[in-house]
Amino acid sequence: MSKAVGIIGVGITKFGEFWEKNYRDLITEAGLKAMKDAGIEGKDVDELYVGSMTPGMFINQEHVAALVADYAGLTGIPATRVEAACASGGLALRQAYLNIRSGLSDIVVVGGVEKMTDVSVSTATVALAGAADEEWEVFHGATFPALYALMAQRHMIEYGTKEEHMAMVAVKNHKNGALNPNAQYQFEITIDKVMKSAPIAPPIKLLDCSPISDGAAVLVLASQEKIKELRKDNAVWILGSGQASDTLALHDRKSLCKTESAVKASRTAYSMAGVTPEDIDFAEVHDCFTIAEIMAIEALGFCNLGEGGKMTESGETELDGRKPVNTSGGLKSKGHPVGATGIAQAIEATLQLRGQADRRQVADAKIGLTHNVGGSGATCAVHVYGRELK
Amino acid sequence: MIGIVGYGAYVPRYRIKVHEIAKVWGDDGERFSQGLGVHEKSVPSLDEDTATISVEAARNAMRHASMVDPADIGALYVGSESHPYAVKPTATIVAAAIGATPDMTAADLEFACKAGTAGIQICMGLVGSGMIRYGMAIGADTSQGKPGDALEYTASAGGAAYIVGRENLVAEILHTCSYTTDTPDFWRREGQDFPQHGFRFTGEPAYFKHVTSATKKILETSGMKPSDFKYVIFHQPNGKFPREAAKTLGFTKEQLDLGLLTPIIGNTYSGASPLGLSRVLDEAVEDDLILVTSYGSGAGSDSFIIKVTKENEKRRTPNPTKRYIDDKVYVDYAIYSKMKGKIKEVRLEK
Amino acid sequence: MSEGIALHWRLIPERYNLIGSACKTCGTKFFPSRDLCPDCRRKGRIESYTFSGEGEVFAFTVVHAPPPGLEYMKPYIAAIIRLAEGPLITAQIVDCKPEEVKVGGKVRMVFRKIVAEGPEGIIKYGYKFRLVK
Repeated sequence: MSKAVGIIGVGITKFGEFWEKNYRDLITEAGLKAMKDAGIEGKDVDELYVGSMTPGMFINQEHVAALVADYAGLTGIPATRVEAACASGGLALRQAYLNIRSGLSDIVVVGGVEKMTDVSVSTATVALAGAADEEWEVFHGATFPALYALMAQRHMIEYGTKEEHMAMVAVKNHKNGALNPNAQYQFEITIDKVMKSAPIAPPIKLLDCSPISDGAAVLVLASQEKIKELRKDNAVWILGSGQASDTLALHDRKSLCKTESAVKASRTAYSMAGVTPEDIDFAEVHDCFTIAEIMAIEALGFCNLGEGGKMTESGETELDGRKPVNTSGGLKSKGHPVGATGIAQAIEATLQLRGQADRRQVADAKIGLTHNVGGSGATCAVHVYGRELK
Repeated sequence: MIGIVGYGAYVPRYRIKVHEIAKVWGDDGERFSQGLGVHEKSVPSLDEDTATISVEAARNAMRHASMVDPADIGALYVGSESHPYAVKPTATIVAAAIGATPDMTAADLEFACKAGTAGIQICMGLVGSGMIRYGMAIGADTSQGKPGDALEYTASAGGAAYIVGRENLVAEILHTCSYTTDTPDFWRREGQDFPQHGFRFTGEPAYFKHVTSATKKILETSGMKPSDFKYVIFHQPNGKFPREAAKTLGFTKEQLDLGLLTPIIGNTYSGASPLGLSRVLDEAVEDDLILVTSYGSGAGSDSFIIKVTKENEKRRTPNPTKRYIDDKVYVDYAIYSKMKGKIKEVRLEK
Repeated sequence: MSEGIALHWRLIPERYNLIGSACKTCGTKFFPSRDLCPDCRRKGRIESYTFSGEGEVFAFTVVHAPPPGLEYMKPYIAAIIRLAEGPLITAQIVDCKPEEVKVGGKVRMVFRKIVAEGPEGIIKYGYKFRLVK
């Protein structure tokens, strides 16, 4: 396939609460790291994509693609912002991928960034709630945790999933995050601690929720021809890209416990990559709340519908398990600067496939997957990566 | 003949006992309870107000009079002294909520506790003159009493709605009359949170003078006497005044009992006489005669002589007043303060 | 504080009276109202439809961390209700303790304040649900 697309550079900031860094600082820091890692110059970049959920509400700034291009010293090239709530990064990645695959560009830089801590927690919560249906969910008092709590309750009723299964996800992801030098939280927690944490919207408790974070992540994508020309021997190929949408409001979905958009997006990505769920060696999935990871591994076909809790309990998704999930620490422990997440997931996949995941390295990793969701599931982007082109 | 086509009641679920309030202010709860003839009062939830209470009462009235097409309601009045807005009518919110808009007239009324019955009279005039087919009058309140003041023991929340017309009557309004003067017994200035009252001045020259004058007048005009009536309903600021008025005018305890709700739900102000009447209508049968005399400070009384038709027994409301009276959950003074907005910052607002 | 008054006003038929729409071609009912039936698309004949307000609890949770404006309602019950006529909607369940709510329990629509836009702004009323005993 002459239009194959590979990742040749990655750059990421630490995720956390950074009083001294603003939006521009974060994206520029990650971008420079990625450019250096790719070994290319600014003049080589054809186009730029930026995933950012709502800089408008967090820092009163729209028009951010132009801003990022400006501060990256890339003024002049086409710069586009992509938004799909928490899936902004994943969709930006897909847009960049399509751009190169169409033959239009050779080198595209795609970044994700969010600066969430300049506003109060209350304002941040309102901003995040924009991912849900403002008029028919948010207006009536359904907060984000509440929407996931409703999904969790139905999952518990229909499949017998337990709160302990949700806690196991948090414990596993913290264990992995403790090994990730860029993670927001680098400490382990216990099931007991999760179970005793403050109720937010039962069964969701404080330690079932991913945090509010600042951070940026950038990838440099290149066409197969360019990669050959640049003699890059550790490029990670994007073997499959899938994206799907679903109803915005949770109450309009066909099922509360099945993320249809993830099922569709993953099937497209698998088909394009010529793989099955069994072929996936590791995955970065969207654990904005612990129940989301349980639903994700079901939707992705790693286990049957309703068995996500059992699969987690069995230890199969641990770092040393059969199917490691969220080796980076996931959104829970690594942090969730919304727009950056989709890109950060792709970076973890890249590092794993390059063998650069350090203490989090999955042995013999050949095929990886990222799963990035917007809101309560109205958007999903799934990508499959590999060291080799088929 | 003009009369009542349908009616509906609503009382919020929460209650606070007089003893609980007395505890806070260092009063003797038992003494107050006995003295006022009130044991507990209704409390509105943080998300309830005169508009929501009026809508529930109005919807109950529409369920009761299910043959009435809301589009045929030509007028709607909400009488209250706790309208949610100082400027913007509660009546239009209710009208929209029952689908009566846009071919109608509407307005809000204020006349202390008698604004609801004033609305009934207005509707009678509009129906009687042929200007409208049906009119709706609602009396509802979420009344406030200043913390520690005697009124705090009785000021409660609730309301009732009446559909007035000529067809499908459950009760005929045979006579109505009013007695109105400029008497400053109880008032609230614009911008003030709580009303003021004239203590003992609210008794004889205010409540009693107007209630007895209006009642005597209607008895005279109609040529009827107290013993003709099965039920009598007086405005009920507490459990004592109506009993004294009854005694003075020659009515018995038995005639007064059913429609005297203040002892168990407090004084719902503009809702008081309307709710007393709805409780009575829930039980009344064909040919029962009911006398109602409301009272609003400021001051005035509206009197009505009502005769129940055969239709009333055939068409009992699916949501009787007693259901709301009996469905109750007690709160303590802390939760009560929170619900009633007595803690200044505590509002359901951004 | 005149933000969003037209938006709320436009939604009064839905928020006060549960007026949605129905596709006469396939019989599907929609709340809130939709102008296009996703199944019949341009072949669908859409008409206004008023829901009865009867329903049952499909899922519920208790919100301990409310959004701005609803702080003093906490903890309140947020739920997805299955309306008797088919659609699911998101709303609060009021006048009961969380322990009294059961999935499958019957509820009925009531008219309540949702929130006021600050001390100077308009009061937004809308549907909530109450358990039917």
